[in-house]
Amino acid sequence: MKDNNHIEPILKIKDLKKSFGDNHVLNGFNLELFDGENLVVMGKSGSGKSVMIKCIVGLIQPDSGSVEIMGKDIMKLDHTELDFLRTEIGFLFQGSALYDSMTVRENLEFPLRIHKDKLKRKDELVLDALENVGLTHAIDLMPSELSGGMKRRIALARAIILHPKIIIYDEPTTGLDPITAKEIIELMREIQLKHGSSSLIITHDVDCARVISNRMILLIDGINYVEGTFKELLALKEKKVRAFFK
Amino acid sequence: MTNSVKIPSNIKTFFIEIGELSYFAGRFFKEVFSRPFEFKELLRQCYNIGNRSLLLVGVTGFILGLVFTLQSRPTLANLGVESWIPSMVSISIVREIGPVIIALICAGRISSGIGAELGSMRVTEQIDAMEVSGTNPFKYLVVTRIMATTLMVPLLIIFGDAIALFGSAIVENLKSDVSLVLYFNEVFNALKFTDIFPATIKTFFFGFAIGLVGSFKGYNCKKGTVGVGEASNTAVVYTSMLIFVIDFIAVFVFDIFFEI
Repeated sequence: MKDNNHIEPILKIKDLKKSFGDNHVLNGFNLELFDGENLVVMGKSGSGKSVMIKCIVGLIQPDSGSVEIMGKDIMKLDHTELDFLRTEIGFLFQGSALYDSMTVRENLEFPLRIHKDKLKRKDELVLDALENVGLTHAIDLMPSELSGGMKRRIALARAIILHPKIIIYDEPTTGLDPITAKEIIELMREIQLKHGSSSLIITHDVDCARVISNRMILLIDGINYVEGTFKELLALKEKKVRAFFK
Repeated sequence: MTNSVKIPSNIKTFFIEIGELSYFAGRFFKEVFSRPFEFKELLRQCYNIGNRSLLLVGVTGFILGLVFTLQSRPTLANLGVESWIPSMVSISIVREIGPVIIALICAGRISSGIGAELGSMRVTEQIDAMEVSGTNPFKYLVVTRIMATTLMVPLLIIFGDAIALFGSAIVENLKSDVSLVLYFNEVFNALKFTDIFPATIKTFFFGFAIGLVGSFKGYNCKKGTVGVGEASNTAVVYTSMLIFVIDFIAVFVFDIFFEI
């Protein structure tokens, strides 16, 4: 495991708390993501993984705690600053979240809207992103004409079109057959190697975690219950940890 | 001893919704004047809302004029005042029946459509995806739709009124050999500025209500696919109610200024 003691994290979550009524989802969650790292957060359904990543991009306001992205506390940013910071983050949604009234091309062009310099090169950037996911032939199709795996790939192309420094994956393999899931995992690795981006991957797919993670966090009871490499966590005997690897 | 009055939950919910809708409308007015202006999306919405409702509004307007004339004719014929038909029909349609009926048709067609579209975008995280990509989804999705309905519903109502008068003219032509030219001469002689102006002004408010309620229900949709159906359904109910409230207020206010 690499020594991160003297390196500033690209993403830092400190003591994050979030409740919905009496349901305390996050009870002081901490996380540090370093440059070029693939960090996997595993947890049961409803454990607060998606809430945590939505707090990172400002879609959900936490009750307390802080989220720092590249040294900037997102709670202290105004809307315009937050929008620009968001373009440094690629987000792959669980259900792909492609805009279904737009073609694949329009879906990919959409994040370029606020970057006038990149908008001038939109054709080149769209084709480059589609080449990365091997779907250049789907450029003029509508999302309704794509299979589940293709949708996930297009969503990934949209997430990387601005060459973000951080890519957040929300359950990237959920709902896919094992072969397509493997293809998506392989694609994630290729993209990480090509762009050198850092990845935060939320999953409960052990295979995905094993293949892609440099480091893992188990999110249990709203806190980072245990951290380490896949092998280190696999070797633990504790019942709550073992339950994930059965 | 304290006397606390217990407010029924449905009344409480109603007032909470009114408050949230007012806040939503306030946000619209705040965002509509700030950059970037989404002209391309506004034009796309104008085309979608206007063009796709044209046939429905045309057919409804035609039948409205046809039926209204057929139903009124025997009574006026008994009184020997058939010659009043063009003026009576035109004033009724232009002032009240046309705007209200066509606005209700638009509520069913447009408000429910916006509610369902934005609702499904909300539950499939498309709105979140827009926000994460650095675009203000309220401005892109909501402001453009409300602007489009505010601009297009009055045009649809004017079109519907014209078609309704055409339907009425056809009945008169068939029943009493009144030519179309004579019929429309009578119509334009009967209609005054105080008939057309207030009726047109209120249609902008109808359009605003249709876009506002549809967007509000869709944008704040919860509870998955069930929520989408609910958003679409309640959008129509609330918009229809709001159209009658606006109509009442408009008639009341214009009566003060124009003595209609």
